[in-house]
Amino acid sequence: MHELQERARTLVQDPALSYDQKLRRLAALATEALPYPELSPACQEALEKRVICDMYEGHAPFTARYILPDYEKAIRRGLTYLEMPAPTNLDDALAFLLVMYANVPSVTTYPVYLGDLDKVLEPFVTDEITDDDLDTRLRRFWISIDRMFPDAFVHLDLGPHDSRITRSVFRVERSLRQSVPNITLKVDPVVTPDDLVEDGVRTVFETGKPHFVNHPMMVGDHGEHYAAVSCYNSLKIGGGAHTLVRLNLKEAALRHDGTADEFLTSTLPRFVELTAELAEARVRSLVEGQHFYDTHWLAQEGLIDIHRFSAMFGIFGLAECVNLLMQHDGHDGRYGHDDITNAFAVRLVEHVADLVSVRPLPYCDGGGGFAYLHSQSGIDLDHDVTAGTRIPVGDEPDLLAHLTTCAPHHQLFASGVSDIFHVDETAVRNPQAMVDIIRGAFRQGMRDFTFNLDSNEFVRITGYLVRKSDLASIAATGSARHSSDHLAAGAEHNFHLTQRAVKRIGCHERDPR
Amino acid sequence: MSATHADPRPHPESVTGFVADTITFSNVDGPGNRFVVFLQGCNFDCVACHNPQTIPLAQGDHFRTSVAEILERIRPAEPFLGGITVSGGEATLQLDFVEALFTAVKADPQLSRLTCFVDSNGSLDDAGWQRLRPVMDGAMIDLKCFDDEIHRSMTGQSNADVLHSIEMLAGWGVLDEVRLLILHGVNDSASLLRRTGEWLASVDPAMRVKVIGFRAHGARPHQPPLVEPTVGELTTAAANLQVAALNLCIV
Repeated sequence: MHELQERARTLVQDPALSYDQKLRRLAALATEALPYPELSPACQEALEKRVICDMYEGHAPFTARYILPDYEKAIRRGLTYLEMPAPTNLDDALAFLLVMYANVPSVTTYPVYLGDLDKVLEPFVTDEITDDDLDTRLRRFWISIDRMFPDAFVHLDLGPHDSRITRSVFRVERSLRQSVPNITLKVDPVVTPDDLVEDGVRTVFETGKPHFVNHPMMVGDHGEHYAAVSCYNSLKIGGGAHTLVRLNLKEAALRHDGTADEFLTSTLPRFVELTAELAEARVRSLVEGQHFYDTHWLAQEGLIDIHRFSAMFGIFGLAECVNLLMQHDGHDGRYGHDDITNAFAVRLVEHVADLVSVRPLPYCDGGGGFAYLHSQSGIDLDHDVTAGTRIPVGDEPDLLAHLTTCAPHHQLFASGVSDIFHVDETAVRNPQAMVDIIRGAFRQGMRDFTFNLDSNEFVRITGYLVRKSDLASIAATGSARHSSDHLAAGAEHNFHLTQRAVKRIGCHERDPR
Repeated sequence: MSATHADPRPHPESVTGFVADTITFSNVDGPGNRFVVFLQGCNFDCVACHNPQTIPLAQGDHFRTSVAEILERIRPAEPFLGGITVSGGEATLQLDFVEALFTAVKADPQLSRLTCFVDSNGSLDDAGWQRLRPVMDGAMIDLKCFDDEIHRSMTGQSNADVLHSIEMLAGWGVLDEVRLLILHGVNDSASLLRRTGEWLASVDPAMRVKVIGFRAHGARPHQPPLVEPTVGELTTAAANLQVAALNLCIV
């Protein structure tokens, strides 16, 4: 209790946090006064040693981690709980959405999904509304989102069809250059025209957004009603993820004696089971303990459905894991640079996928009764371990080798995988080159594609964006308006992300300190 | 005896050329992401060349590479490419190789969607361009200078063939862009650039013209030293060049 008091005192007296940021962190801290959901001693030990990790979601989860309300349904029907009738014009629709966003919970306390905005708003974009009118309205809406929900995990989706909304969003993005909201463009090889992808690429040059996803692959895993939210989490609309737990493969490898093959049959299954046990305990706490889905208005109005949820099973530290195991076997290849090591990495991830796909979890109908596999892109506290299945920062091979190392993993991660590719300034004069690479990445079975321009003001941390000028301001003054900027500052300090030419590391959890 | 005569030409994949280097991904050698083949040897001797090691003609088997070997290098990159570009040196000095490479790419089931571009100094004659025409999707031509005297001083050769190539390729609809290398104090006088712009616009009013500032990196020492133009000098050069709808881009 004394420690809790100390942490609460540090929080309330922290001059670098805004009132709102203190309030949200205090709420998270309070659940730590409650007992942790019951775990086996082995699971508890693995959690304490951080071989497995609960993303510091707290001891008693009282919201699902990622919620994807069905905004199309909401806007068609209106909201009873919030006393909002169905809007009949664009202005009312935008006001409706802002009201709704303010009432959508998540682990960050801000909504991680703002809808597939083109589909949600298209019915209100009549011929009488000119492109200038549209830009003016979306610009105002964009500023409202950034100032009301100052968190870079706030995310919306567009595409795969072309639309006036999507074009307007890109124009507004390029003119405002905000880090919020984060954006995904769904890309279909047939439906999405090259010049829309190119418009997206030009927007990346200005703002680091959007992120691109392989639409047919996502539809194959989740059906038509899916979205990418927060950073690189692909989930069902009208559903989401109860929780995210993750396995540190490097720590697992450090606890392994024996050959690489033996790791796959002994150590790995043991830790996969402990990770699943942690997920199960947390899901039960949310569903059976706190009764989230029985009580929340989104569920009561049919805008989310527990049957469209699952848990996310994350892995990270693949690079260190396979390098260590190869050393055990007397082979000195490095992940990203050696065919044998790369092939073993694919085998290892396939093995994790197999294990996760036969470990039933309660209340995970969204995943057919199993967790979704996720290549977890790190948090600000990670040290000396590489995010997800990425190649370590600064050790990336040339772009083609980088793409071909990562591509075979992507189909295995239904709920997302984040590799970030870096391109130099010359790309700006030839955006079609990036369109070719994005098309190629999806042709090769990649699921997610994000790239950064080395010279960009925007830095992707794990998947979310911060402005370099905001990082500099934290270093100078210790405070920031966006809550995600604090996480980014920690990640930047620990990983020197900006030095390596802008990649990223940690993400979407509350800072437990 | 067979009723048909055997084709006297070798199979395209067995043709060899002198290849200085290849680059898997390039975004500065034509539209989109391209695989680039740099061929060894050039018939111009440009003072400002940033790849002077590719000027000498190759001898013996050093650099000798077959079309088949190049195809194998392209394959792993193919999904991510918009096309291939041959550059140099001066690619068209090895016309047999370029023709065979493009023919082989277009006949290959995996590679046939890739476009085939030539990056050239424009010195090739009509008959040569005619040979490439069936297999070439686009060309980028360097124009070192519109004034023949200055062109000779910069390259050692007349520009008559270059101007003719530009006109002919534009007429065929395969001229992707003309590159003008700006060497401050040498080829950037206001009146010269105005005449250049007027001539380019007379060939194609909407021609894409890349205005490239000389960069000392890679170039040979020269007396007096060649200097890189400032951003201001390049902007002025582009302004002098601008005629009507010319599509100018400063690099």
